[in-house]
Amino acid sequence: MKWLNKFFIPKKEKKSEKSKLGLLLFENTSEVIKAEKILQKEGYKVKVVGPPPEVRKGCDLAIEVPIIEITGILNFLKTQGVEPLDFISFSEDEILKPVDLFQIKDFGDYLMVRAANMKITVDKKTLVIVNVSGGGCPDVPYLASILVGVNLNNTFSPKELAHTLCGYALHLAFQKAKELLCSG
Amino acid sequence: MLGIVGIIPDEKFSLVYGTPILEKNFLTIEHRKIPVERGTATLIASAIKTLEVLNKPNPFVFLVGDIGKGKGSKELYNFLAENIHKYNFKVFTFHYILPDIDGCLKVILAIEKLPKKPFLIADAGFMYAVKMAGYAHFFDLFTPDIGELAFLADEKAPHPFYTRGFLLAEEKDVESLITRAYEYKNAPPYLLVKGEKDRVVFNQKVLATIEEPFIPELEAIGGTGDTLTGIVSALIYAGYPPEEACVIAAKANRLAGALASPSPATQISEIINFIPEAIKTLLS
Repeated sequence: MKWLNKFFIPKKEKKSEKSKLGLLLFENTSEVIKAEKILQKEGYKVKVVGPPPEVRKGCDLAIEVPIIEITGILNFLKTQGVEPLDFISFSEDEILKPVDLFQIKDFGDYLMVRAANMKITVDKKTLVIVNVSGGGCPDVPYLASILVGVNLNNTFSPKELAHTLCGYALHLAFQKAKELLCSG
Repeated sequence: MLGIVGIIPDEKFSLVYGTPILEKNFLTIEHRKIPVERGTATLIASAIKTLEVLNKPNPFVFLVGDIGKGKGSKELYNFLAENIHKYNFKVFTFHYILPDIDGCLKVILAIEKLPKKPFLIADAGFMYAVKMAGYAHFFDLFTPDIGELAFLADEKAPHPFYTRGFLLAEEKDVESLITRAYEYKNAPPYLLVKGEKDRVVFNQKVLATIEEPFIPELEAIGGTGDTLTGIVSALIYAGYPPEEACVIAAKANRLAGALASPSPATQISEIINFIPEAIKTLLS
């Protein structure tokens, strides 16, 4: 936990503290998804982002946290058995933001929702997922084989089984489709 | 030989290599059956269907199970790095895999040592890794969709998931994204960009645009990009020049889709069965 020392910011730097963000780095993407779920459930305002280039390994994610809450977050994660490998502080413009826009295509009886490189298509009448397309990470074919045929109202979420950024994008598309078609 | 590398969405599927056969929507390799539903199995099945028409042998494939945890992908990267020198591929296509810069670089270094470099094609996760590793120029052909093209065009993006404002790119943005991808050296000599219009690109110049038949439903069907990469790999292996192979592949992929009279709920295996008819029509 020596990286906790990073919070002891010299007084002259305190001014910019508010503009700084904390970034939690994990062993793998699965742990990021798990930690995000735990923290959101606990009420923390955290979001998944891309780590800066110098700490990037490849298909990785990190969790952006408000720096002011970092101690509580770290303690909480420890009690849940999901500890990050490291913590770094960064200004907002150094972090890559995940896509937060969606594209919707209406095929009449079917609705297709795209998030980043992932698309999910749903039968509007039955709410059954009929196709999953896009993506290049290995959990995409796996998640697609599970999702096709599943009803949007099913409690299952792709996030439970996602391990990569493509899997996470598929989760976002799934959530958006649910929001659009199941809100009534 | 045509070599194909990718993953199978089954964690228990151990690494296997050899020549598969295709029977009734299943690939069989080393006594193991793989359903042709999506991903690399779809790419392989499409290549086999194309090679049947061209009277060429089935591809030699390297497959491993991975559901996104990366264990299988790591094993595959290492195996390829250590064993690629034992094979002599004319065309080598890399597909689904967990993007990992170190693993990708090991494979590239092994290819660099080969006496003759194969024609290298990348799509999906391996294309992401090659771009991140800064080795796009080492490959000969990428087959991105528009979202993936935007990722190639964004020199800072490590994955199509991240955006700096243009990752939800549309048809109208394609040509500027192509220019940008080449500007930052994140594209190989040839690109086959999949979209409402397919574009065949050589060194930044759009050589051909294919837009007929236009079947909007195909965008929703998982695997239509995999079939395209499989067809173009087979055509290049069979001796078609890259530009011609890309044009025929784009047309054949659209035609096979049209022949299947698809809805957004159609599954890719239904379209694969029409590939031979589409290829024959175009080559006759």
